[in-house]
Amino acid sequence: MNWITNSVLPKIQALVRREVPDNLWHKCVACGQMIFHRDLEQNLHVCPECGHHLRIGPIERLKMVFDEGKYDTIQLPKPALDPLKFRDQKRYTDRLREAQTKTGRNDAMVVAHGTIGGVPAVAAVFDFGFMGGSMGTGVGDALVRAAKLAETQNAALLVFPSSGGARMQEGILSLMQMPRTVAAVDRIKERGLPFIVILTDPTTGGVTASFAMLGDIHLAEPGSIIGFAGQRVIQETIREQLPDGFQRAEYLLEHGMVDAVVHRKDLKATLGRILALLLRPRPTAQIVALPQPDVEIPGKAPATKDDGKSTNHVADTRTPAGESD
Amino acid sequence: MRHFLDFEKPIADLEGKIEELKHLSGTGEMNIADEVGKLQAKVERQLRATYQKLTAWQKVQVARHSDRPHALDAIEHLIEDFQPLAGDRSFADDAAIVGGIGRFRGRSVMVIGTEKGATTEQRVRRSFGMARPEGYRKARRLMQMADRFALPILTFVDTAGAYPGIDAEARGQAEAIARSIETCLAVRVPVIATIIGEGGSGGAVALAVGNRVLMFEHAVYSVISPEGCASILWRSGEFTKDAAEALKMTAQDLERLGVIDAIVPEPLGGAHRNPKVALSSLGKAIGEALDDLAKRDGGQLRIERRDKFLAMGAAED
Ligand SMILES: [Zn+2]
Repeated sequence: MNWITNSVLPKIQALVRREVPDNLWHKCVACGQMIFHRDLEQNLHVCPECGHHLRIGPIERLKMVFDEGKYDTIQLPKPALDPLKFRDQKRYTDRLREAQTKTGRNDAMVVAHGTIGGVPAVAAVFDFGFMGGSMGTGVGDALVRAAKLAETQNAALLVFPSSGGARMQEGILSLMQMPRTVAAVDRIKERGLPFIVILTDPTTGGVTASFAMLGDIHLAEPGSIIGFAGQRVIQETIREQLPDGFQRAEYLLEHGMVDAVVHRKDLKATLGRILALLLRPRPTAQIVALPQPDVEIPGKAPATKDDGKSTNHVADTRTPAGESD
Repeated sequence: MRHFLDFEKPIADLEGKIEELKHLSGTGEMNIADEVGKLQAKVERQLRATYQKLTAWQKVQVARHSDRPHALDAIEHLIEDFQPLAGDRSFADDAAIVGGIGRFRGRSVMVIGTEKGATTEQRVRRSFGMARPEGYRKARRLMQMADRFALPILTFVDTAGAYPGIDAEARGQAEAIARSIETCLAVRVPVIATIIGEGGSGGAVALAVGNRVLMFEHAVYSVISPEGCASILWRSGEFTKDAAEALKMTAQDLERLGVIDAIVPEPLGGAHRNPKVALSSLGKAIGEALDDLAKRDGGQLRIERRDKFLAMGAAED
């Protein structure tokens, strides 16, 4: 039975999926409710029945957080292929190529830039669908690029981890991505730019134990698993029952590791507020009413009252702390 | 009582014979000394042959050998006027991480190491060298102190990894490791890290982000244990040896990959056969690294360290 569920069934499902272009119904993994795809999209992939936040891909994520869903992705370098010539039951190069074909990406991270609430931001988003979002040299490369881009653009850096941890098939080089990514975000902090981590399901292992726990602010999506050691490993070590809600976002909030657990529908507004507060610390300029012109210009309607929206567009002249120019 | 590894069996047999002959020599036979000499030469040949071509899995066993010098042995052998320091100042002292100030070849230094413990009792008290958040926070505290007093930092890494437990997770194991890495990168003093035995994953790299990373000849350093890797990727413990090979976790592999800077030679038959000789060899290597790094100013040390790790596994443009 296991053999069928593990290896044959996914293949059959993949075949079926290809023949039915619209996968019309989704089953909530938490409550089992069948949800119509359009309802699910409208609800930002949160189950309308139980509130479970389903895992989403990087493109859905980017559309969700940037103003008007608009952003530009950047070209990422092709990662060094298989530095260890790693092979388990399968060659790593084959696994990698499969993941690349499946996702259309070089590796497990997408980097994009745009604005959030009018504030420039760079977002680095993990793709859990690419080998479990595991961090190897490709993800390291992407994060280094993201940090550099944020630096050049004087933008905030946002990272959305969704990762099982280090990519075993890259051995020690995947472990080295821990100090590498820490060094990358260090520079952002030195420049006085905000580094915000939005922890999504799951964030574990070497990803959590490096840049992901070093944000100025940590937000987390409800119910996400966030931790260092895997639950199975812990259970095998201590041979005790794990407490309810262990390593969930709410547990981390309670233990002081995240600042807020934010529902997906509130995420964009929350990020906009945070970025504005951190990068635009001074009160925005007041619009002073201009004296009415003495002479009525024929054919021109009287000046309408400013709606206040333009206050958002006052030029940002702030120089980040630590910069001496 | 010496503890022999499986593949050391032929050597153990020969040494057993030597012991027997030495007992006999009390009875007055003359040619026994000759025989002992011949056997000892044979032991040496056998050791050389075995240790020259240890497999990755054999190295894992050597690296975990209980007679191997641990962090506290390194401190005892290499550091004078050692003053142990304890506690993270917020929760507890973690016995899995030892540290303190002392003198290395006349110079004041900060020493930090993961300690597995020498006896069963100690091993339990020290969680077999698997640190909890308070351990990494103590390490961070000591590194920051070293930075304030311009003391070079020497670390000795020997751990299977960070402790996987409910309490460790509740107190932020991931955050504690991340901060430790961040602090290794931030300090403006020389950081010389040595993998003396087992370098296990995040729990090891937390203390191993150095200007120089040294590694004992038969030490291992990896993102995951071969046992863990085999159970995940091969779904069977039977493939532990294959996993050890595939992970490229030996000092020789890591030097080739550019992850470590130098290999510290061990005496014939491994550091466990002669810990003192091994530690003298380590002292020499650290001394050379320190002499070189002492010429640089703090800012330069920090930038070089950061650039070195930013380049680890970087794609070519
Ligand atoms: Zn549901």
